[in-house]
Amino acid sequence: MNQLRAGQSLGPETYRVTREDLVRYAAASGDSNPIHVSDQVARQAGLPGVVAHGMYTLALAGRAVSGWVDDPAAVRELAARFTRPVVVPDGREGTHVEVAGTVTAAEGGRATIELSVSCDGARVLGRARAVVAVAGDG
Amino acid sequence: MPLDAELAGRQQAPTPPLQVTRAGVADFAAAIGATDRVHFDVRAARDAGHRDVVAPPTYPIVVAFAAMSVLLADPQVGAELRHVLHADQRLASVRPVRAGDVLTARLRVESVRHAAGATVVATSTEIATVEGEPVCTASATLMHRSGSDR
Repeated sequence: MNQLRAGQSLGPETYRVTREDLVRYAAASGDSNPIHVSDQVARQAGLPGVVAHGMYTLALAGRAVSGWVDDPAAVRELAARFTRPVVVPDGREGTHVEVAGTVTAAEGGRATIELSVSCDGARVLGRARAVVAVAGDG
Repeated sequence: MPLDAELAGRQQAPTPPLQVTRAGVADFAAAIGATDRVHFDVRAARDAGHRDVVAPPTYPIVVAFAAMSVLLADPQVGAELRHVLHADQRLASVRPVRAGDVLTARLRVESVRHAAGATVVATSTEIATVEGEPVCTASATLMHRSGSDR
């Protein structure tokens, strides 16, 4: 599904996020900030509890985009403001992040996708967008 | 926190070379739940035209984060990671990272300003192979709450 047209809607994709995921992500990414592990430290930092790494949430957005174009190597740009923390409760249920996209431009071998990324019905990323290389229409 | 305007314009030395391994790519991909075989299977990656397994699109943050950690640990900055908020991030890639790459990151402090009780630091990090091939530009804004650690 590499043919993207301006105006096209993509997703939504829904991903479960648990604290176990954050522990794995901390190890794989090298970001061992304790606000992603400890409720106590997170509260001291003024957060309601353990929150996902902003880059974990952006990685989920990247995963959604990779799936939509069926090629992770086609993603050339990902950008977002981390406007609202994704609070991850303890336990197997965790929380859920939803990623939806709208193609806003597709020309010159590239497509721009505006992303809507939310948790519990509230947007967690601002000005989130991806640029993908599109085969064939360049 | 002694973060001030004199930090603006600072260009850090490149980070020590990071060898991107197949296991590192697979771990990162698994941690974000990615299942595409090009992250895990060399043959699938080669069938798709890549030299080796390719990393997920946000993988360059691993190298950029190493450069940001150097900045935060600088005695002149002295920021504790737990008091630093990642305000925004942009990753603009020339090509995906793949196993076999040896990458370094050069961080530049673009600006430092104070707003609403926080210090706001804009950074731009050039990620390249040790051979000098540009791979990704990572732009990040970091916020540090003044007074939260001293």
